Amino acid sequence: MFADLLGRLHLSDFQHDMIATGGQLSIVFGILGIVGLLFYLKRWKWLWREWLTSQDPKKIGVMYIIVAFVMLIRGLGDTMLLRTQQATSVGNSHGILTSDHFQQIFSAHGTLMIFFVAMGLMFGLINLILPLQIGARDVAFPFLNSVSFWLFAAGMGLVNLSLIVGEFSAAGWLAYPPLSGIALSPGVGVDYWIWSLQIAGVGSLLSGVNFLVTILKMRAPGMTLMKMPIFVWSVLGSMTLIVFAFPFLTGALALLGLDRTIGTHFFTSDLGGNPMMYVNLIWAWGHPEVYVLVLPAFGIYSEVVATFARKRLFGYTSMVYALASITVLAFLVWLHHFFTMGAGANVNTFFGIMTAVIAIPTGVKVFNWLFTMYRGQIHFKTPMMWFLAFVVTFTIGGAAGVLMSIPAADFQLHNTLFLVAHFHTMIVGGVLFGYFAGFSYWFPKIFGFRLNERLGRYALYSWLVGFVLAFVPLYILGIMGATRRLDHYDASLGWQWLFIIAAIGALTILLGVGFQVAQLVVSIITRYDNRDLTGDPWDGRTLEWSISSPAPVYNFAVIPTVTDRDAFWESKQSEAVKLPPVYTDIVLPKNTGMGVIIAGFAFLFGFAIIWHIWWLMVIALFGIIGSMIVRASDDDTEEVITADEVARIEIAAAQRSVL
Amino acid sequence: MNHPTGNDHGTTSSYVIGFVISIGLTLNSYYLVVNKVLAGNTLLLALGGLAAVQLFVQLYFFLHLGKGPNARLNKLLFSLMFIIVVIVVGGSLWIMKHLNYHNMTPAQTSHSIIRDEGYQK
Amino acid sequence: MSHKLSAEQVQFDTDKTIFGFWVYILTDCVLFASLFATYAVLRNGTAGGPSGAELFNMPYVLVETLLLLTSSFTSGMALLAATKRNKSATLMWLGITFALGTIFVGMELHEFSNLVQDGNSWRRSGFLSAFFTLVGAHGLHITAGLLWLVALVQQVVQKGFTSGTLKRLQLFSLFWHFLDIVWIFIFTIVYLIGVVKV
Repeated sequence: MFADLLGRLHLSDFQHDMIATGGQLSIVFGILGIVGLLFYLKRWKWLWREWLTSQDPKKIGVMYIIVAFVMLIRGLGDTMLLRTQQATSVGNSHGILTSDHFQQIFSAHGTLMIFFVAMGLMFGLINLILPLQIGARDVAFPFLNSVSFWLFAAGMGLVNLSLIVGEFSAAGWLAYPPLSGIALSPGVGVDYWIWSLQIAGVGSLLSGVNFLVTILKMRAPGMTLMKMPIFVWSVLGSMTLIVFAFPFLTGALALLGLDRTIGTHFFTSDLGGNPMMYVNLIWAWGHPEVYVLVLPAFGIYSEVVATFARKRLFGYTSMVYALASITVLAFLVWLHHFFTMGAGANVNTFFGIMTAVIAIPTGVKVFNWLFTMYRGQIHFKTPMMWFLAFVVTFTIGGAAGVLMSIPAADFQLHNTLFLVAHFHTMIVGGVLFGYFAGFSYWFPKIFGFRLNERLGRYALYSWLVGFVLAFVPLYILGIMGATRRLDHYDASLGWQWLFIIAAIGALTILLGVGFQVAQLVVSIITRYDNRDLTGDPWDGRTLEWSISSPAPVYNFAVIPTVTDRDAFWESKQSEAVKLPPVYTDIVLPKNTGMGVIIAGFAFLFGFAIIWHIWWLMVIALFGIIGSMIVRASDDDTEEVITADEVARIEIAAAQRSVL
Repeated sequence: MNHPTGNDHGTTSSYVIGFVISIGLTLNSYYLVVNKVLAGNTLLLALGGLAAVQLFVQLYFFLHLGKGPNARLNKLLFSLMFIIVVIVVGGSLWIMKHLNYHNMTPAQTSHSIIRDEGYQK
Repeated sequence: MSHKLSAEQVQFDTDKTIFGFWVYILTDCVLFASLFATYAVLRNGTAGGPSGAELFNMPYVLVETLLLLTSSFTSGMALLAATKRNKSATLMWLGITFALGTIFVGMELHEFSNLVQDGNSWRRSGFLSAFFTLVGAHGLHITAGLLWLVALVQQVVQKGFTSGTLKRLQLFSLFWHFLDIVWIFIFTIVYLIGVVKV
């Protein structure tokens, strides 16, 4: 009887093979270590009051970035296992992993890197900077923002829980049926995948709504759409994509979940189901998702290149039109992910042409950045170096993409390592480099001190060299016919040396991450010497640099009035006498733990469905509904910072900058 | 409401007009189908048309799209959603139709050849 | 509230929230679009089982449709009464909306249970999976709306017409009208076209 209460969960689900046990133990001990440290330092209350319950987008942004960085390290751990396996599992040797474990690892690697690293860094940076750039004190719906973050964290928790209890999906990062159906994947792995993404995906969807409204309704007076910083434009495009594309993910995941849990026949091979519809639906989300990630990175590059070239961004208007057309075109190309499924020549031709067309606005952007640098006064700081690394890698990856947009070529390259190399070029060289650039660019604004330049440069060089070493061999291997996701291949193929070079490349990237960790540690230790006292360390152009660093909790003591693009740059140039500011009371949202609680119930809800523990599912569902009702009937959600308090904080900051 | 944008919730008469038109359109569709007035593609077109008209009637009379303080943004985002849904749903049906056509079993293939090109012995 | 907001601030907050809710509704439209697309693709996947023409009871569905349409109208009347600060009329219209919605959900559950009892559950075929999911997703939205309505009535009774309750009334009526629009398409695409083309 008691066993029934736990659904499919049994003691044996905690037992794993050796390498998986290593992962399991490292997570358990990692968590125990953090918990122990918190008890030792007596920081629980502080953590809860200052961080976990915070509604301040700057703190939520920092939490996003911490989660994303930890997941980046876990995802890289997966990479090392994959690369080691492929470098060693040749001929009579079978490497270090079983094929089932290998499949789980590449599924987890893709899932983590897209949903919890790239999305996490993106939402982190948006939370940190977007309200500052539009001259706002907060996002449109602060509580919703905190719920979004905690749903993201709950999804992340479920992925990692699969290492401890049960298993993860072995069906690839997008879990195509019929392989991911209940007949061929009877375990809990795919359910873990479905529910972690479903929960995190709902969080992303809510964030998308939140930031869309923030940009459209919360801008400082005078900031018309065409006066917004280009980063804000890029986020507007990205959030529009989230709002209209993520429901397809929600739908596809829900239908796959129904197939697996209550026996519907959406994507089964028998009884009228159609697995191809899943592929169609998931890519109707999946392709826009790529642009969701890359558009904010484009925005960051635009800010960075204008700041460090000391010039106005070349072609602002064309940049805006390029962003807008990419936003719409993103919905017209999804079939290129399954050219080979057999839709026929006319369908493939249409989507092939639309795909190639996207290269045009993207090319416009690249040229705009290059022309911004032309005759500029370039300062080679770390963010600018990331940008330069990006231009080279991204152009190579883009050219590979245009190549594959030709259906006839795609039939040769589909599912080969050439494709793997292509999308890594875009996601690492395009997206990740952009977020690293943004992180080092805006770090002083959030923390009040700069990151160490030398270690940042070492990290960049390691990433760039490692990136080339890791992915150029994959392009070559792909053309030689190596399909992706191979856990073993024949020695006579002559591939091994290329796989070994790729593994060395992955190690070099790991070294880069090591430098990034060292950079953080060293910068924190020497923070006093690197303090940013002026609030404007890079001679910036946009509003976030007009306030002190670290940015005060209310962002702007006086909401600025905007008259021009590059509002802060223009105000620095103008000779107009600045009147002493008049401070008023500022209303900010009160901290609340409801976000943590709702996401906690969502976590339990997902866990219960994964393991078929139905009573727990019902309790969690009522928990979610109950918490929402309690929150909705709470009228006391805001608090006031008085004008005197604001004046005191502002004067203290001004005195620091004089010193 | 006594704020300046208070009239964006419509009036009783606008709700009544919308309600009556909607009922009329619904009964019309129902009548077309149940009494087999039209058939084939004409019927499908008529039903689609009636549903689309009712969509806009309700958007206008019930949801007051295009009125109130957010009118421009509401309309803009609605149009964008509409375009994207048309693209993705229409595109999906197009893609799936062709996928099904190119993935037939041998029996289905000969059946469709006979249907499209006539039976020849 | 612990502080006094100016009338403009309250108005701005209401506008912002309604706009945000509108964006949420658009995302829900896209979700339904994905279900409609799936239904359209799987419509002929009956796997030898019954098709829509053999299952649907059209007069019954017409009654459901008219009930929901009427409830959409009454929710609008409730909002109008609220803008005139007429508490008893507001509560009456909300009550009628609730009653109509509950009957609608009851009728839908009755239809579902009949189908399941005849062996035509969602496990029978791809077509029935898509049918149950699309119609059921709408029914779940309606059920959520009814729960929301209960909370709303309780707030109106307790607090009267504050800026908060007025705002939530507007949001609810948006949500309810939206669900009626979705039903128009279910009525047309699933039921009417379902009986036409065998």
